[in-house]
Amino acid sequence: MADQKTLTFSIMDGPYENARTVTALRLIDIAARRGYNINVFAYEGAVSLSFAKQAAHANPVHGHDIDEEDHPLPKEWVSSLIKTAEANGGKVDWINCGLCVDERGVTESVDGTRRGTPADLWNAAASSDGTLVIGTK
Amino acid sequence: MKVLQVIDTAYRCTIEEQDDPVVWITAVMKGAGGELGVLLRGNAVNYAVKGQDASGLAFGGRKQTQPPKIDQDVQRLAQKGVQVFLVQEDASERGIDAAELVDGVETIPRTGVARLFDDYDQVWHW
Repeated sequence: MADQKTLTFSIMDGPYENARTVTALRLIDIAARRGYNINVFAYEGAVSLSFAKQAAHANPVHGHDIDEEDHPLPKEWVSSLIKTAEANGGKVDWINCGLCVDERGVTESVDGTRRGTPADLWNAAASSDGTLVIGTK
Repeated sequence: MKVLQVIDTAYRCTIEEQDDPVVWITAVMKGAGGELGVLLRGNAVNYAVKGQDASGLAFGGRKQTQPPKIDQDVQRLAQKGVQVFLVQEDASERGIDAAELVDGVETIPRTGVARLFDDYDQVWHW
Protein backbone atom coordinates (compact mmCIF):
# COMPACT_ATOMS: atom_id res chain seq x y z
CA MET A 1 0.00 0.00 0.00
CA ALA A 2 1.77 3.08 -1.29
CA ASP A 3 0.19 5.55 1.12
CA GLN A 4 0.11 3.27 4.13
CA LYS A 5 0.24 5.39 7.24
CA THR A 6 1.76 4.50 10.56
CA LEU A 7 0.13 5.93 13.66
CA THR A 8 1.15 5.66 17.28
CA PHE A 9 -1.28 5.88 20.16
CA SER A 10 -0.34 6.08 23.81
CA ILE A 11 -3.25 5.35 26.09
CA MET A 12 -3.39 5.39 29.83
CA ASP A 13 -6.84 4.59 31.18
CA GLY A 14 -7.93 1.22 32.42
CA PRO A 15 -11.06 -0.48 31.12
CA TYR A 16 -14.50 0.21 32.56
CA GLU A 17 -13.56 3.68 33.82
CA ASN A 18 -14.39 6.40 31.31
CA ALA A 19 -15.15 7.34 27.74
CA ARG A 20 -11.55 8.08 26.80
CA THR A 21 -10.85 4.37 26.43
CA VAL A 22 -13.70 3.89 24.00
CA THR A 23 -12.65 7.00 22.10
CA ALA A 24 -9.14 5.60 21.77
CA LEU A 25 -10.48 2.24 20.55
CA ARG A 26 -12.75 4.01 18.03
CA LEU A 27 -9.75 5.86 16.59
CA ILE A 28 -7.65 2.70 16.47
CA ASP A 29 -10.56 0.91 14.80
CA ILE A 30 -10.77 3.53 12.04
CA ALA A 31 -7.03 3.23 11.45
CA ALA A 32 -7.27 -0.58 11.41
CA ARG A 33 -10.09 -0.49 8.86
CA ARG A 34 -7.94 1.75 6.68
CA GLY A 35 -5.10 -0.76 6.80
CA TYR A 36 -2.74 1.52 8.67
CA ASN A 37 0.15 0.28 10.70
CA ILE A 38 -0.71 1.04 14.29
CA ASN A 39 1.44 1.15 17.37
CA VAL A 40 -0.29 1.21 20.71
CA PHE A 41 1.67 1.86 23.87
CA ALA A 42 -0.54 0.90 26.78
CA TYR A 43 0.68 2.78 29.82
CA GLU A 44 -0.43 2.54 33.44
CA GLY A 45 -4.01 1.23 33.76
CA ALA A 46 -4.35 0.68 30.02
CA VAL A 47 -2.27 -2.47 30.32
CA SER A 48 -5.41 -4.12 31.71
CA LEU A 49 -7.21 -3.68 28.40
CA SER A 50 -5.56 -6.80 27.01
CA PHE A 51 -5.54 -8.82 30.23
CA ALA A 52 -6.40 -12.38 29.26
CA LYS A 53 -8.35 -13.27 32.40
CA GLN A 54 -11.15 -10.78 31.87
CA ALA A 55 -14.43 -12.65 32.21
CA ALA A 56 -17.94 -11.92 31.09
CA HIS A 57 -20.81 -11.98 33.53
CA ALA A 58 -24.57 -12.14 33.65
CA ASN A 59 -26.52 -8.95 34.31
CA PRO A 60 -29.48 -9.41 36.64
CA VAL A 61 -30.53 -5.77 36.27
CA HIS A 62 -30.99 -6.38 32.55
CA GLY A 63 -32.56 -9.76 33.21
CA HIS A 64 -29.86 -11.36 31.07
CA ASP A 65 -27.88 -14.50 31.66
CA ILE A 66 -24.25 -14.51 30.60
CA ASP A 67 -25.03 -15.45 27.00
CA GLU A 68 -27.86 -12.97 26.59
CA GLU A 69 -25.78 -10.14 28.02
CA ASP A 70 -23.02 -10.96 25.50
CA HIS A 71 -20.74 -8.52 27.25
CA PRO A 72 -17.87 -7.45 24.98
CA LEU A 73 -14.63 -7.57 26.88
CA PRO A 74 -11.83 -5.10 26.18
CA LYS A 75 -9.41 -7.98 25.55
CA GLU A 76 -11.73 -9.16 22.76
CA TRP A 77 -11.75 -5.70 21.25
CA VAL A 78 -7.95 -5.61 21.36
CA SER A 79 -7.76 -8.99 19.62
CA SER A 80 -10.34 -7.91 17.09
CA LEU A 81 -8.48 -4.70 16.29
CA ILE A 82 -5.32 -6.70 15.66
CA LYS A 83 -7.20 -9.02 13.28
CA THR A 84 -8.99 -6.13 11.56
CA ALA A 85 -5.72 -4.36 10.83
CA GLU A 86 -4.22 -7.55 9.43
CA ALA A 87 -7.27 -8.23 7.29
CA ASN A 88 -6.89 -4.79 5.75
CA GLY A 89 -3.17 -5.04 5.10
CA GLY A 90 -1.96 -3.29 8.22
CA LYS A 91 -0.82 -4.41 11.61
CA VAL A 92 -1.12 -3.52 15.26
CA ASP A 93 1.90 -3.61 17.51
CA TRP A 94 0.23 -3.53 20.92
CA ILE A 95 2.88 -2.86 23.57
CA ASN A 96 2.09 -3.10 27.26
CA CYS A 97 4.38 -1.16 29.58
CA GLY A 98 6.12 -4.01 31.37
CA LEU A 99 6.52 -2.36 34.76
CA CYS A 100 2.87 -1.28 34.68
CA VAL A 101 1.92 -4.90 33.97
CA ASP A 102 3.93 -6.13 36.92
CA GLU A 103 2.50 -3.53 39.30
CA ARG A 104 -0.99 -4.69 38.49
CA GLY A 105 -0.30 -8.40 38.20
CA VAL A 106 -1.88 -8.50 34.73
CA THR A 107 0.93 -10.56 33.28
CA GLU A 108 -1.27 -12.71 31.04
CA SER A 109 -2.20 -10.81 27.93
CA VAL A 110 -4.03 -11.85 24.76
CA ASP A 111 -2.11 -13.10 21.73
CA GLY A 112 -0.63 -10.42 19.53
CA THR A 113 0.33 -8.13 22.38
CA ARG A 114 3.73 -7.84 23.99
CA ARG A 115 5.64 -6.28 26.87
CA GLY A 116 7.74 -3.23 26.24
CA THR A 117 9.40 -0.15 27.67
CA PRO A 118 9.14 3.62 27.15
CA ALA A 119 11.93 3.24 24.60
CA ASP A 120 9.45 1.29 22.46
CA LEU A 121 7.06 4.25 22.62
CA TRP A 122 9.83 6.61 21.60
CA ASN A 123 10.91 4.42 18.69
CA ALA A 124 7.32 3.87 17.57
CA ALA A 125 6.61 7.59 17.60
CA ALA A 126 9.82 8.37 15.75
CA SER A 127 8.81 6.04 12.92
CA SER A 128 5.19 7.18 12.72
CA ASP A 129 3.32 9.75 10.69
CA GLY A 130 1.62 10.94 13.84
CA THR A 131 1.31 10.29 17.53
CA LEU A 132 -1.71 10.75 19.77
CA VAL A 133 -1.46 10.60 23.54
CA ILE A 134 -4.71 10.04 25.42
CA GLY A 135 -3.71 10.42 29.03
CA THR A 136 -5.88 9.80 32.04
CA LYS A 137 -7.17 12.81 33.95
CA MET B 1 12.61 14.03 16.59
CA LYS B 2 11.87 16.49 19.39
CA VAL B 3 8.86 15.91 21.62
CA LEU B 4 7.28 18.30 24.10
CA GLN B 5 5.50 16.61 26.97
CA VAL B 6 2.66 18.78 28.24
CA ILE B 7 1.61 17.95 31.78
CA ASP B 8 -1.40 19.61 33.35
CA THR B 9 -3.01 16.81 35.35
CA ALA B 10 -1.14 16.92 38.61
CA TYR B 11 -0.53 14.33 41.30
CA ARG B 12 -2.12 11.59 39.22
CA CYS B 13 -1.31 8.30 41.00
CA THR B 14 1.84 9.84 42.42
CA ILE B 15 1.37 8.14 45.76
CA GLU B 16 1.02 4.66 44.31
CA GLU B 17 3.78 5.16 41.77
CA GLN B 18 5.98 7.22 44.08
CA ASP B 19 6.55 9.55 41.13
CA ASP B 20 4.59 11.13 38.30
CA PRO B 21 4.15 8.75 35.34
CA VAL B 22 4.81 11.40 32.71
CA VAL B 23 7.86 12.80 34.47
CA TRP B 24 9.04 9.21 34.86
CA ILE B 25 8.48 8.15 31.25
CA THR B 26 10.20 11.34 30.10
CA ALA B 27 13.28 10.45 32.12
CA VAL B 28 13.34 6.92 30.73
CA MET B 29 12.94 8.07 27.13
CA LYS B 30 15.64 10.69 27.65
CA GLY B 31 17.90 7.91 28.87
CA ALA B 32 17.06 5.97 25.71
CA GLY B 33 18.30 8.84 23.58
CA GLY B 34 15.12 10.86 23.14
CA GLU B 35 15.13 14.62 22.78
CA LEU B 36 12.40 15.92 25.00
CA GLY B 37 11.04 18.99 26.70
CA VAL B 38 8.39 19.33 29.38
CA LEU B 39 5.77 22.04 29.77
CA LEU B 40 4.12 22.26 33.17
CA ARG B 41 0.78 24.01 33.02
CA GLY B 42 -2.42 24.16 35.04
CA ASN B 43 -2.20 22.43 38.39
CA ALA B 44 1.02 20.71 37.34
CA VAL B 45 2.96 23.94 37.80
CA ASN B 46 3.07 22.89 41.43
CA TYR B 47 5.45 20.09 40.45
CA ALA B 48 8.22 22.68 40.25
CA VAL B 49 7.72 24.04 43.77
CA LYS B 50 10.69 23.04 45.85
CA GLY B 51 10.54 21.48 49.26
CA GLN B 52 7.49 19.29 48.78
CA ASP B 53 7.06 16.63 51.40
CA ALA B 54 4.63 13.76 50.91
CA SER B 55 6.11 11.61 53.64
CA GLY B 56 4.26 10.07 56.54
CA LEU B 57 1.57 8.12 54.76
CA ALA B 58 0.51 4.82 56.27
CA PHE B 59 -2.52 2.64 55.69
CA GLY B 60 -2.89 0.29 58.60
CA GLY B 61 0.57 -0.81 59.55
CA ARG B 62 2.05 -0.43 56.07
CA LYS B 63 4.06 2.78 55.85
CA GLN B 64 5.25 4.40 52.68
CA THR B 65 9.00 4.72 53.01
CA GLN B 66 9.77 6.16 49.57
CA PRO B 67 7.19 8.91 49.03
CA PRO B 68 7.14 10.85 45.77
CA LYS B 69 9.59 13.72 45.47
CA ILE B 70 8.19 15.34 42.37
CA ASP B 71 10.13 18.58 42.72
CA GLN B 72 13.39 16.67 42.83
CA ASP B 73 12.32 14.51 39.89
CA VAL B 74 11.60 17.66 37.87
CA GLN B 75 14.93 19.14 38.81
CA ARG B 76 16.68 15.91 37.81
CA LEU B 77 15.00 16.06 34.43
CA ALA B 78 16.45 19.52 33.88
CA GLN B 79 19.86 18.32 35.01
CA LYS B 80 19.65 15.48 32.47
CA GLY B 81 19.15 17.98 29.66
CA VAL B 82 15.36 18.01 29.41
CA GLN B 83 14.18 21.59 29.01
CA VAL B 84 11.44 22.19 31.57
CA PHE B 85 9.05 25.07 31.02
CA LEU B 86 6.30 26.41 33.23
CA VAL B 87 3.39 28.72 32.38
CA GLN B 88 3.95 31.84 34.41
CA GLU B 89 0.30 32.86 34.74
CA ASP B 90 -0.68 29.38 35.94
CA ALA B 91 1.89 29.70 38.72
CA SER B 92 0.85 33.25 39.63
CA GLU B 93 -2.83 32.31 39.79
CA ARG B 94 -1.90 29.66 42.34
CA GLY B 95 0.22 32.02 44.43
CA ILE B 96 3.49 30.44 43.40
CA ASP B 97 6.41 32.83 43.29
CA ALA B 98 9.43 32.35 41.03
CA ALA B 99 11.66 32.10 44.11
CA GLU B 100 9.82 28.93 45.14
CA LEU B 101 10.72 27.02 42.00
CA VAL B 102 13.44 24.42 41.67
CA ASP B 103 16.46 25.32 39.61
CA GLY B 104 16.43 24.69 35.91
CA VAL B 105 12.79 25.54 35.20
CA GLU B 106 12.14 28.27 32.66
CA THR B 107 8.94 30.28 33.02
CA ILE B 108 7.16 31.37 29.87
CA PRO B 109 4.05 33.52 29.41
CA ARG B 110 0.84 31.87 28.31
CA THR B 111 1.13 33.74 25.04
CA GLY B 112 4.44 31.95 24.44
CA VAL B 113 3.00 28.44 24.50
CA ALA B 114 2.14 28.30 20.80
CA ARG B 115 5.60 29.48 19.86
CA LEU B 116 7.08 26.82 22.15
CA PHE B 117 4.99 24.13 20.42
CA ASP B 118 6.49 25.24 17.14
CA ASP B 119 9.96 24.33 18.41
CA TYR B 120 9.00 20.66 18.64
CA ASP B 121 8.15 17.99 16.07
CA GLN B 122 5.46 16.46 18.24
CA VAL B 123 3.49 17.65 21.26
CA TRP B 124 2.17 14.97 23.58
CA HIS B 125 -0.54 16.24 25.90
CA TRP B 126 -0.86 13.89 28.84
